[in-house]
Amino acid sequence: MKAAVIVFPGSNCDRDLAVAFEQAGADVTMVWHKDTALPEGIDMVGVPGGFSFGDYLRCGAIAANSPICQSLIKHAERGGYALGVCNGFQILTETGLLPGALRRNAGLKYICRTVGLEVASADTAFTSGYNKGDVVNVPIAHHDGNYFVTDEKLAQLHDEDRIAFTYTENPNGSVANIAGVVSKNRRVLGMMPHPERAADTGHGGIDGVAMFRALMDQFATA
Amino acid sequence: MKARVYVMLKNGVLDPQGEAVRHALGSLGFDGVEGVRQGKVIELDLAEGSTEATVTEMCEKLLANTVIESYRVEMG
Repeated sequence: MKAAVIVFPGSNCDRDLAVAFEQAGADVTMVWHKDTALPEGIDMVGVPGGFSFGDYLRCGAIAANSPICQSLIKHAERGGYALGVCNGFQILTETGLLPGALRRNAGLKYICRTVGLEVASADTAFTSGYNKGDVVNVPIAHHDGNYFVTDEKLAQLHDEDRIAFTYTENPNGSVANIAGVVSKNRRVLGMMPHPERAADTGHGGIDGVAMFRALMDQFATA
Repeated sequence: MKARVYVMLKNGVLDPQGEAVRHALGSLGFDGVEGVRQGKVIELDLAEGSTEATVTEMCEKLLANTVIESYRVEMG
């Protein structure tokens, strides 16, 4: 698998995400936000966590309009894969590649702790290494992770089995406990929790490893 | 010329910051504050001849997230 990880001013999980991809066996290239094109032959684009552009205006809003994101949108429209974590999820919703928006946490506090996540759909390339209903422990670290979609869109997400992860205990007020959703073609995943921070025994947990391994398997068998 | 854009969370979208402000006003003794919603005002300095339609396009593309926010444009 050839992966690219985008680096924005203010990204701070870009190297962690790259390491997680590399440890699973991927060939990773870092891409700067001002680049206008992704490297040739990229299978997967990682949109990392952090505070791109200082969260100015809205989290992810400025990053979503950066030159590289035009290429990211084209990559996704061609059927390419993308994984947005935390600020990366916010960016993917701002580009319109994923539905909904992330609001300020209901309790107004920045929350940094490990939470339980239920695998709500194992029918994606990202979650096929888990079983539906599995509970995994993955850290969150965000101030604006309160997922919102309209009732109508929520019904559509349920009908299309597009909710990848839900919180076992809702930390931030997200609609329907949603922690991560996939695009209609199931190839773009956005999630607030950080699987790349649960990908090494040194992290205190390795529940995220199955995601990166599953992605590698996807491309090994493709 | 100037334009002013008001961005607010849509009705029906919970505004936790507004709620916190409402509670704080209550604890200061201001009774009867039944709701507070917090938004933002964005002032634009524009070249003469700029149109409201252009500012509306700016709102749609960047200044507001229309999934959760509504906006209003005042020109001049």
